[in-house]
Amino acid sequence: MSLVDEFQSGLDAPICLTWELTYACNLSCVHCLSSSGRRDPRELSTAECKALIDEFERMQVFYVNIGGGEPTVRSDFWELVDYATEHHVGVKFSTNGIKITPEVARRLAASDYVDVQISLDGATAEVNDHVRGPGSYATAIRAMQHLADAGFENFKISVVVTRHNVGQLDEFKAIADRYRAQLRITRLRPSGRGADTWDELHPTAAQQRSLYDWLVAHGENILTGDSFFHLAGFGDGGLPGLNLCGAGRVVCLVDPVGDVYACPFAIHDTFLAGNVRGDGGFTRVWRESELFTELRAPQSGGACTSCPAFDACRGGCMAAKFFTGLPLDGPDPECVRGHGELALAGVTSVPARSPGHSHRKRKPVPVTIGMRRPPERACDESPLAGFRP
Amino acid sequence: MSTEDPRAAFDLDGAWELDSRVSIRPERFGALLYHFGTRRLSFLKSRTLLDVVQALTEVPTARAACTRAGVPPAELPRYRTALAALAASRMIHPRSV
Repeated sequence: MSLVDEFQSGLDAPICLTWELTYACNLSCVHCLSSSGRRDPRELSTAECKALIDEFERMQVFYVNIGGGEPTVRSDFWELVDYATEHHVGVKFSTNGIKITPEVARRLAASDYVDVQISLDGATAEVNDHVRGPGSYATAIRAMQHLADAGFENFKISVVVTRHNVGQLDEFKAIADRYRAQLRITRLRPSGRGADTWDELHPTAAQQRSLYDWLVAHGENILTGDSFFHLAGFGDGGLPGLNLCGAGRVVCLVDPVGDVYACPFAIHDTFLAGNVRGDGGFTRVWRESELFTELRAPQSGGACTSCPAFDACRGGCMAAKFFTGLPLDGPDPECVRGHGELALAGVTSVPARSPGHSHRKRKPVPVTIGMRRPPERACDESPLAGFRP
Repeated sequence: MSTEDPRAAFDLDGAWELDSRVSIRPERFGALLYHFGTRRLSFLKSRTLLDVVQALTEVPTARAACTRAGVPPAELPRYRTALAALAASRMIHPRSV
C-alpha cells in the first residue's frame, strides 16, 4: 500500500491537528473560516485544555496548529503553549500579530518547540487591509520586525491566496526574505464568512494557472500545507507535497468549545464528528466516530472518476464543494479542467450558514426603519422573531 | 566543483544516532518521524527500517544496526540510501564515540 493510500485509510492518531482556541478576535476578516469575532461562553477552560493536551501527548500528536479567532487574546494562552511543549506536543500558532511584543518575540525565539505564523493577505496595506481590516497590515509587519529582531528565523508568513493578492506572490516572497521568514500560501475556502466573499475573492481560472506555475517554479521552498491539491489536475506532476485531503484521516479540527470537525475548513454540522467533552474524549472521536470512519473508507469519485486528472487531484476539496452547493463526489468548484464551473451553473441552493461568532456591530448593516440589527435569519419575518421573554 | 552525491558519502561503518529533537511514532506501515527543530515530517516506510533507526544508538555502527534488525546483505544498499536521506534531513547525525 502506498503512503497516500495508508493516509487515506486513516491513522490511529492525527499527525497534527488544528485547534481553534477561541472565537474571540480583534479583527473581522471577511474570509474568516471560523466566522470569528465574539468569544463563546462555553469555551474550554484552562483545565479542559490541559487535559486535551495530555490526550494529544498520549496519542503522540506531534504538534498542534493553534488558531482562532486570535488565540493570543486568551489570558491563559502562554500558559497553554508552555504546557503543550512541556508535554512534547509542539505548537505552531497563527496570529495577526497583535500580541507579539519585542519581549514575547524574544521568548518565542528561545524555543525549538514553538513556531509562529503571521497572517498577511496582501503584500501592501491596501490589498491586505481590504480583507483583514484597517491597521492589520501595520500590526503584522510590526510583529514580523519584532520576531526578526529577536533572531527568530523561519517563522511563517501565512497568505491566503485571493484574486487581489495572487499577483503579489513575488512581493510576498521578498517580504519573507526580508524578515528571514518562510512563506506559506494556502487556498481560499468558501467556509465561514468566506462563503460571503468567495465570488469576489477566489482566483480566476487564469490566475489559478499562474499560481500553479509559480508554485512549481518555487518548489519546496514555499509551504502550502498541501492545500492546492486541486491544482494537481494541471497534471505535470510538478506540485510538491502529498496532495491529498487529510480530513478526518490525518488531520482534524478542534474548535473552542471542543467540537471536533473533519478539517479547519468544514465548521458545519455535516462534518461534526463529536465533542472532546464526551465519554472517551478526543481519542474516541478520532478513532470511533461514524463520520471519520466513513471518511476513511474508500471514496467514490462519482462524476470525476472518468476524468484523466482524477488520480492527481482526487476530486479536490470536500469543504469547497460542500459550501458552494456541489455534491461531495463531484468536481471541485475551482476544478482546473473547468468541470466545476459547469457543475456550479446547476446549483440551486447552498448549505445554510451556521450562526458563527461574528462581531455584531463591527459592520453595521444599512439601517431600515426601527431595526438596529439584521434579521436573525433571512426568512425571519415574524414580528416576534428573536423575542425572548 | 564537487558533483559528489551526499547520499553516496553515508558511512555505514560510522556511529550514528537519532537527533534528540526527533520524535518517532510507530505506524502499521513503518513510522512517522517529526523533527521539532526543522519542523519537518518524514516517513519510515517499513518496520525493519524503524528497527534499524532504533538500534543505531545501541550498536557501534549503522551496519551493525542493519544486521541486528535482520536486513539481509543484499538489501544493504537500499537501507544505506534510506539512512542517507535521514542524515540529509538531519533526522540522524554522527555520534561521537
